[in-house]
Amino acid sequence: MLPAFAIEHVQGSADQGEIRIRGSLRLAEAAPLWTELRRLETGAARGQTLNFDMSAVQRIDGGAMALLACLRAELQRRGVKSEFLAAGAHVQRIIHLYGGDHAVARLKRRRPLRTLDQLGRAAMSILHEVKLVLAFFGQMVVSALGVLRSPRSANWRELPATMERSGADALPIIILINFLVGLAMAFQTAAQLKQLGANILVADLIGISICRELGPLMTAIVVCGRSGAAFAAELGFMQVNQEIDALRTMGFGPMQYLVLPRALALIFVVPLLALFADVAGVLGGLVVGVTNLDLTVRGYLNQTVRAVTLWDVSSGIIKSVMFAFAVALIACQQGLATSGGAEGVGRRTTSTVVTTMFTLILIDAVMTVLFRMVGL
Amino acid sequence: MSDPLFKVVDLTIGWDETVVQKGATFEIERGSIFAILGSSGCGKSTLLRHLVGLETPLSGSITIDGLAPDQGVPGRPLFGVMFQSGALLGSLTVGENVALPLQAWSGLPPDAIGGIVAAKLRLVGLEHAEGQMPSELSGGMCKRAGIARAMALEPDLLFLDEPSAGLDPVSAVELDELILNLNEQLGLTFVVVTHDLESIFKISKSCIMLDRESKSIIARGDPRVLRDTSTDSRVHSFFNRTPQAVKS
Repeated sequence: MLPAFAIEHVQGSADQGEIRIRGSLRLAEAAPLWTELRRLETGAARGQTLNFDMSAVQRIDGGAMALLACLRAELQRRGVKSEFLAAGAHVQRIIHLYGGDHAVARLKRRRPLRTLDQLGRAAMSILHEVKLVLAFFGQMVVSALGVLRSPRSANWRELPATMERSGADALPIIILINFLVGLAMAFQTAAQLKQLGANILVADLIGISICRELGPLMTAIVVCGRSGAAFAAELGFMQVNQEIDALRTMGFGPMQYLVLPRALALIFVVPLLALFADVAGVLGGLVVGVTNLDLTVRGYLNQTVRAVTLWDVSSGIIKSVMFAFAVALIACQQGLATSGGAEGVGRRTTSTVVTTMFTLILIDAVMTVLFRMVGL
Repeated sequence: MSDPLFKVVDLTIGWDETVVQKGATFEIERGSIFAILGSSGCGKSTLLRHLVGLETPLSGSITIDGLAPDQGVPGRPLFGVMFQSGALLGSLTVGENVALPLQAWSGLPPDAIGGIVAAKLRLVGLEHAEGQMPSELSGGMCKRAGIARAMALEPDLLFLDEPSAGLDPVSAVELDELILNLNEQLGLTFVVVTHDLESIFKISKSCIMLDRESKSIIARGDPRVLRDTSTDSRVHSFFNRTPQAVKS
């Protein structure tokens, strides 16, 4: 189908040209219109004139006019004089509405940030986030002291439900993951130990590494992904929806009402989950020991009991408490710092998971080194 | 009516066993500003959702220039809709929100789309906000940006859901001025769902009024005439803000 418009370029003199437009211009035919106009205006150079003769335009809609006005502005910025001429009353009104007869403002150039500036900004942003988390930690401590003085100021009703969601509901996945971790680790080491004829040492290796490091760490990672993300999203949505403001106006502090129950729930359940994780990891190793290394169940378990000390288990539990606190602290801080609607909730939830994962690994490394330094 | 753009015939809306409105019949003239009025809970927003094709009516028909609301030409929307909050996508800038329908339907290159977006935003007074995120805008600005997005594909018909709800008086008046300006300058047809009386009297010359109890249209015509002459107590109390309006 032929377009409802026609365009013709008329060169009056060396430095004066005109684009004559006829017919009806509609956004539905904007693509061929734009291509044709682009082709005609390319030759116009600084100091020349290229006007649009609109006398034969019968009808023009806003979208098509926006394109013409955009082209005129671009020509003027390039130093080409350009105006809309001889338009009928109706077309002139649309030209005016879309700024086709206004003076064209110069575009401000935006300089891209240099690498050093970007690095500086990123570092400042990280420092700012750390400061916010520390301030939040301070508020949490003050609120916890307030709750100790006046226990009824906290929202204890939420505690059992949160413990169930973060603890009991997470148990199957935590057991499965840690069983598989124990199994995989035992498989990796079995071949090496077989060569040395030290098959029984797989029980030592799995028992100690699971109880000291992997059990608590894997548990915390799962809790971060499940409960941490859920806390951040839940509190974030409440913040965006002004529910937190409503609580404040009713005299409920978000710390006592929302944050402390969640933090306490995690501090109670994560160490328990870590104990289950330890058992599951050891059982994973046992399966490999019995099936691949010709060990008996009794022999494997006896060796595990001999190798794993009470401190190995306790150090893992201490780490678990720290992990739980870190997950709750970061998730609640990020949730309450949410702004900007659904997108803000998504951004803070992602930030919660990433920041918490990094923090968990950092805490684990620092505590392992500290325990070793004091000879534990 | 001389030139109806929009026809609703014997429309019954609701869901499952619940009927919200029944037997609604009305026409909207091209180039008019048509208001759908009624007290809270009467089904104004439900009717709007049906008119724009988001819900399927229980019975009856809706046509825009002879086509059903979900039949674009060719495949592109027949109308624009501004939702109550503006409904801008939070992950995109204001400019990207307005560009969205153009990218999908216009077939234009990015530089041309950029030109149209800038023009549309200037039209609604938001030329400075193109690079801002919706979360950085006020309620009134979000609604203006919502109108710019609804107008992006040059529809003849725009639906506005509670345009003045939640706005301060100055922003509400500015939005009314914008609607009137777009109607007069571009000849756009507006369907406005509202219960803001001041806005109704200012911008609209034709309306229908829905009633929750009878689940039907109880008045139609010029809102100023209805206010001054209607003998129906429900209509009178609505337009004159008398307590009975609350009851009904």
